[in-house]
Amino acid sequence: MIDLPPAIILLLGAILVAASRGVLRAAVVLIAPLATLAAIVQVPDGVSLTASFLDKTLELVEGSPVRRLFAGVFAVMAFGGGLFAFRQAKGTELAAALAYAAGAIGVCFAGDLITLFVFWELMAIFSTVVVWCGGGPGARAAGIRYAIVHLLGGVILKVGITGLMIHTGSTDIRPMLATDFDTSMILIGVLLNAAAPPLSAWLADAYPRSSPTGSVFLSAFTTKTAVLALILLFPGEPLLIGVGLYMVFYGIIYALLENDARRILAYSIVNQVGFMVCAIGIGTSLAINGAAAHAVAHIVYKGLLFMSAGVVLYRTGFAKCTDLGGLFRTMPVTTLCGIVGALAISGFPMTSGFTTKTLISEAAKGEGLAVVYFLLAAASAGVFLHAGIKFPWFVFFQRDSGLRPKDAPWNMAAAMLFFASICILLGVAPGTLYGWLPYPLDYDAYEPGKVLFYLQLLLFSGLAFFLLLPWLARTLTISLDLDWLWRVLVPRMALLLERTVHHARQAAAPALAGAMRALRTTAKMLFDADGVFARPWRIGTTGLWIALLLSGYLVAYYL
Amino acid sequence: MGKPHDHWLVRRTTIRGLWIVFSVVLGATVAAEIIINIKGYSGLDNWPGFAAVFGFFGCVALVLISKVVGRVVKREETYYDDGDPP
Repeated sequence: MIDLPPAIILLLGAILVAASRGVLRAAVVLIAPLATLAAIVQVPDGVSLTASFLDKTLELVEGSPVRRLFAGVFAVMAFGGGLFAFRQAKGTELAAALAYAAGAIGVCFAGDLITLFVFWELMAIFSTVVVWCGGGPGARAAGIRYAIVHLLGGVILKVGITGLMIHTGSTDIRPMLATDFDTSMILIGVLLNAAAPPLSAWLADAYPRSSPTGSVFLSAFTTKTAVLALILLFPGEPLLIGVGLYMVFYGIIYALLENDARRILAYSIVNQVGFMVCAIGIGTSLAINGAAAHAVAHIVYKGLLFMSAGVVLYRTGFAKCTDLGGLFRTMPVTTLCGIVGALAISGFPMTSGFTTKTLISEAAKGEGLAVVYFLLAAASAGVFLHAGIKFPWFVFFQRDSGLRPKDAPWNMAAAMLFFASICILLGVAPGTLYGWLPYPLDYDAYEPGKVLFYLQLLLFSGLAFFLLLPWLARTLTISLDLDWLWRVLVPRMALLLERTVHHARQAAAPALAGAMRALRTTAKMLFDADGVFARPWRIGTTGLWIALLLSGYLVAYYL
Repeated sequence: MGKPHDHWLVRRTTIRGLWIVFSVVLGATVAAEIIINIKGYSGLDNWPGFAAVFGFFGCVALVLISKVVGRVVKREETYYDDGDPP
């Protein structure tokens, strides 16, 4: 086999998809991710491919267990997403989605920061195209806002990388702490892709505008490559614990307020990534294992949830809870898969969420971080509340909306069942995943006391949901976020400034006209044909002036 | 909801049945602590039923906080009016 980097295989696949039609395109969409996966498994530990750029040696492919794990699950995601989308999505979207996935896989194997940056930007470009494929002015505007935020993030990252290159001479990807300007810039640039505060709004703004199939791809790559980058660059950075906890609760609160089903899921991405960011902040080997395992599980169940929401949107044209309800009657497969995804995200025993998220709680416990531990436990209850029950309840049950859509088309159903079985497999046999984690792990997920603790926690959250249902009634509203600052405040300030200038000019108009007249009269008096300076002057007068000016200069020189 | 000819899952009797089953399961998870010991973090969460109370009131608190935040951030759907279909 030719030794192509995995990302390049997928990128070639994307180009082929863009150039082909019909059966050939379908075949490439499905085969390219699998071929990439085969190449990913074979990537050896250490640097295996370099290239020279200017006076630098770029490490294009560097393998390690955690890199292969993330790249592998990205390839599985690209396959599942491709299976879900290949009959319904536009060719542009499929090609862009594969190129986007190729960017993510490229980041996974990047051995130095320059290579990472190149693939990072590749993701930014093609994910924007995927957002645009949602169609309509809403998607176009959201895509532009999305691109601006990510290009800004890219610039910040580049500033950090360049600074690090100048000050240390190395662009190697290695663990660091945000102790100086360069490393802080890198951290900010990476965190921006993780949807960390204060710039979290782009995610819930852009993802729900994409097509029913596009959001499946978007949910997986950007935030999770940021998680991998944090694992590789900033393990144990204490700042991340606080950032992660903020994201966890931000996601829950905003999802509780939200009406759009896909936006509920988008907020819950921020929430789930918060768990991972917090774990990376804790930084022990158990915590890093937890972050990696949870990222893998999350990619699959969040993809599954977006698939089930995507099928509903595809079949009914609706995504808002206020338009939906009672769909379980005619969409049993979609409902069932949606519920499996919802249980997995909530960390219910026997699902992938349980066997991965509890690693993070254990790590917090092991480090004696009592507050973090209890906040994460409360957040686990909150996840069940905002995603675990809220999503399936409002979409598939709630009330009879009168909608009787057909169930998912066969390829969409197959993709959902594939992902649902992974969610259950990782829950029932966690050893299948634990063996791939970056550090050796000796952990019993199904210790009876732990299972009982989470069962109580989650089931009583369920009780709280149904008792508080009247307070959770959906309203036709959106929730403002910090992007309000540049979507509303800045334009308003610009308008205000423009008006102020306009008024000031109007008020000053008479005075200005007077001043102009005076200036003209003076100029005429001085410089006109018969003005002061045009008159013939006598030699004596001229001589006198020259003498005066020169002596004035002499005096000034000695002063 | 609840008309006799509707889907069996949404009939009044089924829903009442589900509530009963759910309540029994809730009670069972707390009662199970008699035989299964939950190894708590500190003294506080070693009390029987701690997770149940914590989960329930945690959710109530989150909903209350979201209500307060909602008062500040909730706006009409057309607020941004950037050509989004309603």
